Amino acid sequence: MIGIEHYLTVAAILFVLGVLGIFLNRKNVIVILMAVELILLSVNLNLVAFSAFMQDLVGQVFAMLVLTVAAAEAAIGLAILVIYFRSRGTIAVDDINRMKG
Amino acid sequence: MDFAHSFGLIIPDLLLSVSGLVLLLVVAWSGDKGARQIAIGAAAALFVAGFLLVPGLHGGAEGPATLGFGGLIKVDGFALFAKALIYLSAIGALMVAPAFFASPAAGSERGMRGEYPVLVLFACVGMGLMVSANDFMSLYLGLELNSLSAYVLAAILRRDARSGEAGLKYFVLGALASGILLYGMSLLYGFTGSTGFAAVRAGLSGELGYGALFGVIFVLSGLAFKISAVPFHMWTPDVYEGAPTPVTAFFATAPKVAAVALTARVVFEVFGAQVAAWQQIVMFTALASIIFGALGAIGQENLKRLLAYSSINNIGFILLGLAVANHSGAAAMLVYLFIYVVMSLGSFVALLMLRGEDGSLMETFADIRGLSITRPALAAALLIFMFSLAGIPPLLGFYAKFVVFQATVEAGLVAFGAIAIAASVIGAFYYIKFVKVMFFDPPAGVITGRSGAAHWVLLGLTAVIVSPLGYFLTRSLSDLADKAASALFLAV
Repeated sequence: MIGIEHYLTVAAILFVLGVLGIFLNRKNVIVILMAVELILLSVNLNLVAFSAFMQDLVGQVFAMLVLTVAAAEAAIGLAILVIYFRSRGTIAVDDINRMKG
Repeated sequence: MDFAHSFGLIIPDLLLSVSGLVLLLVVAWSGDKGARQIAIGAAAALFVAGFLLVPGLHGGAEGPATLGFGGLIKVDGFALFAKALIYLSAIGALMVAPAFFASPAAGSERGMRGEYPVLVLFACVGMGLMVSANDFMSLYLGLELNSLSAYVLAAILRRDARSGEAGLKYFVLGALASGILLYGMSLLYGFTGSTGFAAVRAGLSGELGYGALFGVIFVLSGLAFKISAVPFHMWTPDVYEGAPTPVTAFFATAPKVAAVALTARVVFEVFGAQVAAWQQIVMFTALASIIFGALGAIGQENLKRLLAYSSINNIGFILLGLAVANHSGAAAMLVYLFIYVVMSLGSFVALLMLRGEDGSLMETFADIRGLSITRPALAAALLIFMFSLAGIPPLLGFYAKFVVFQATVEAGLVAFGAIAIAASVIGAFYYIKFVKVMFFDPPAGVITGRSGAAHWVLLGLTAVIVSPLGYFLTRSLSDLADKAASALFLAV
């Protein structure tokens, strides 16, 4: 029997993977965007699991909202990435160092 | 009838959204030629929206009449106070923008883009929703509307590498912050069974389980990112340096107000039953921000980076008022917030006025040497802002620090107050260095460019408010802050 705790564990693992993906990744900014999506998906998994567990629709509505906002966020992220690539000619994480701090 | 009431509550936000959409159409139609008129239109919309807030602000709106859309939003005195501050700082950011984008500082792409004022308007709608959120869903929606506009604003100089890099960094860390915040919200939803603030508060009373505790910590971390409090402050100096200066002026004021107001509402209204759980976290963040903000600024040569550290330092003092966790602490926090906004807007306007012969911006210490000889009025204004940020007595910045320390000491947190005062002495070092370089070093003579009337008006206005004359304002200011803070504590 798969219970709520299994869903929560998977979501927690996905969340940690997403956060690590942002901090440990030294190669490519696209990977960072994917890690951000992973975080948002882990949140959605949490919300839907809780929603089904509690028989409460609010969580699923929230998950739909998060999906929509995530799409807008990805669009803006990619747009910024494109203008960055145009001016610098690279999207490697190690090269984002015009300003130090 | 209920629906009409809800719409009545959000008239300022509706006005801003509709004018944002209309102006966006105008931009699409006329291109960037009419950008100046669009900026004026946006500022007028913000001004009218701010005017619409006045009756509720004066009456101190609170109670069930402020709830709208089935409890999703709550437009009480606290939200109105924050909104008024947000609109004012957005008007400031709009006033200084056209001159900046027309100068060589804007790089190869001269002239303001028509999207700039529209994005500022949409960010203001998002911030208005943030400060009046009464449910995690409306909170998230407002936060993202604000953040998404802000990412684009940071990267608005498309051909400038620094602006693009600032936008990218802001985007990645902002998205991470939203993710952390959302994860916390999902845990709170699961362990309390609701997303409404009142219901979550009820669910959090009594013994705090591990799941809910993790939710509280994640939500607080996400919010700390948004207000750039230590240990989540690392993006601030880079973004402030790289973003175009009018955008930096906007970031340092309006979104800070919105995020601080949101944090205050979340800790008092949602976590109000668990003060012990969050008070130490907020106190640690406050002190760490004060200390890191003061130490980090010391080696900086770039003035925008320096002001970024100064804003981290100031956020620490604001959080100190929050950490006191009572009515007088919250009121002190709001007073500090207002004075901080005025000081920081004024200093960024002054930075925008440091121009070379061809109008390019000068932004390092080497450029402002001997400014008191070449541009005495500008140097005097900067002197007022820097002494005020340092908290030197006759200026209004002293009053701000004084009320926060007073609230801290009255609540019996003397040790924390003492640490904060000691760190603010360290912070005074670089503010005074500013003054020393301007007044006692031989003139570099590179700042010769002139500035338009809008800059002088804004600079004069902020300087007068920060000067000792500002003490005439303190009575009505603390009155308003008092009313706003009591709206916050009504649920307690």
